[in-house]
Amino acid sequence: MTDEPLVLGIETSCDETGVGIVRGTTLLADAIASSVDEHARFGGVVPEVASRAHLEAMVPTIDRALKEAGVSARDLDGIAVTAGPGLAGALLVGVSAAKAYAYALGKPLYGVNHLASHICVDQLEHGALPEPTMALLVSGGHSSLLLSSDITSDVRPMGATIDDAAGEAFDKIARVLNLGFPGGPVIDRYAKEGDPRSIAFPRGLTGPRDAAYDFSFSGLKTSVARWIEAKRAAGEDVPVRDVAASFQEAVVDVLTRKAVRACRDEGVEHLMIGGGVAANSRLRVLAQERCEAAGIRLRVPRPKLCTDNGAMVAALGAEMVARGRAASDWDLSADSSLPVTDPHVPGRLRSHSHDHVHEVAKGNLYS
Amino acid sequence: MLLLALDTATPAVTVALHDGTSVLAASSQVDARRHGELLLPAVDRVLAEAGLRLDAVTGIVAGVGPGPYTGLRVGLMTADTFGLALGVPVHGLCTLDGLAYAADGSIADGPFVVATDARRKEVYWAQYADSRTRVTEPAVDRPGDLDIGGLPAVGAGALLYPDTFPDARGPEHVSAAALAALAAERLAAGEELEAPRPLYLRRPDAQVPKNYKVVTPK
Ligand SMILES: [Zn+2]
Repeated sequence: MTDEPLVLGIETSCDETGVGIVRGTTLLADAIASSVDEHARFGGVVPEVASRAHLEAMVPTIDRALKEAGVSARDLDGIAVTAGPGLAGALLVGVSAAKAYAYALGKPLYGVNHLASHICVDQLEHGALPEPTMALLVSGGHSSLLLSSDITSDVRPMGATIDDAAGEAFDKIARVLNLGFPGGPVIDRYAKEGDPRSIAFPRGLTGPRDAAYDFSFSGLKTSVARWIEAKRAAGEDVPVRDVAASFQEAVVDVLTRKAVRACRDEGVEHLMIGGGVAANSRLRVLAQERCEAAGIRLRVPRPKLCTDNGAMVAALGAEMVARGRAASDWDLSADSSLPVTDPHVPGRLRSHSHDHVHEVAKGNLYS
Repeated sequence: MLLLALDTATPAVTVALHDGTSVLAASSQVDARRHGELLLPAVDRVLAEAGLRLDAVTGIVAGVGPGPYTGLRVGLMTADTFGLALGVPVHGLCTLDGLAYAADGSIADGPFVVATDARRKEVYWAQYADSRTRVTEPAVDRPGDLDIGGLPAVGAGALLYPDTFPDARGPEHVSAAALAALAAERLAAGEELEAPRPLYLRRPDAQVPKNYKVVTPK
């Protein structure tokens, strides 16, 4: 299948510098440099620290991805990059690199949406995305329920968090329990040895009059923190494992319940779960149970593809090339609040200067 | 020799092509908020004007600042990636040195100061013995804390604070043409230029913003 598009993707929307290479729906390389350790002492991602790290890591990470994939840059069919949403300064580093790389190589540039990329990455694991697919994206940055009938052109928001992202709640509770940052993996680990039914934490936005597909984790966060503080104030030991398990259960119960309900309501037979929180073992198990009971096929990529990475950007870029979507212009900008309904940022209608820019670029190298 | 020089460390987005003898084409736009959008089209325009393609370039020269970080990184990331794709060396030059070099002619032979706007009511600055010789490390300071002894000064930072810089003059902004000419001169003299790494001069604001990492549009 060598006629499938060979695309390199660059991701810098948060603290991971990701460069991935795919051929169609086949993963060839997934190189990552993370600045997470530099953020740990602050308990969260510091934008300027992330941006500085992206600048230093970019060229070595591109190099590593090309070696890993065993391809030459001149054979690429396109360069894709996360244009948004994300941290503005961090995005701009990736966009600057992608534009320079595409221009110097004489390749088309595709500025793509970070959330659509999280969905599209599943093609690298389970083959072409079913159309339509319901997607539950959960991480430190996102908690969204999205419905897509064509990942390159149609992504519809069904629901989203009205306050904190799910992953943020994990970070906060881990901080209150003195378990460090990031909170997701460590809570998961402690929860395995705890009883998820021992403490009844609230399920946000699950009342009959609440928005059916929106999420809220702020109340849960506060309630767990208060519960822990009350224990401490009474001089009692905090049962860390039971708290972790009960908190985690409250989060994944709401996430899976709402996702399955959305699938049923819309008659969608496929649910994909992406984002860093998709690595949570309890979320995977409960989603599988509930999907099976509802006759829904569940697709969850392996954990490394769920967290932010360059392969997901490359996967969506390859789909853009395969479906003949318009490339982006050389003045592509980073858009920290790129709407989820824009899977990519196509070039404007062809003006004279636009044609000129692309003509020059096409002839630039290796043509 | 064919150098592509660029600088985004100040409000100016500036690009030039230099063949070792003279500037072939140049572009400068002043817009502090759109470095990311303006730079690549400017490179394309400059190449088109010179009738050349990017693969003819034998080296990249990038202004390393000091400058406000976000804009500064646009130029350095672009330079780094051009270097990678083309397999040519990427040289760094202090942005203040470019401004000092451009001041040749507008300033007499004696010592002077270059200052750019560091925002937050501060300036990036350095002192020069002449337009090619910097005598202090680039620094960031409040103008009120500086005493430059009445020396003439160039750059937007000097023009902004007349109390500290009573003899302020142009050029206001750095030009890639000057940066390229200075690099060409130093390379021809067999000098090593510095690595293209950013001069931030300030530590990052290490506060996690409230609602950090929330990128999902509401
Ligand atoms: Zn993400």
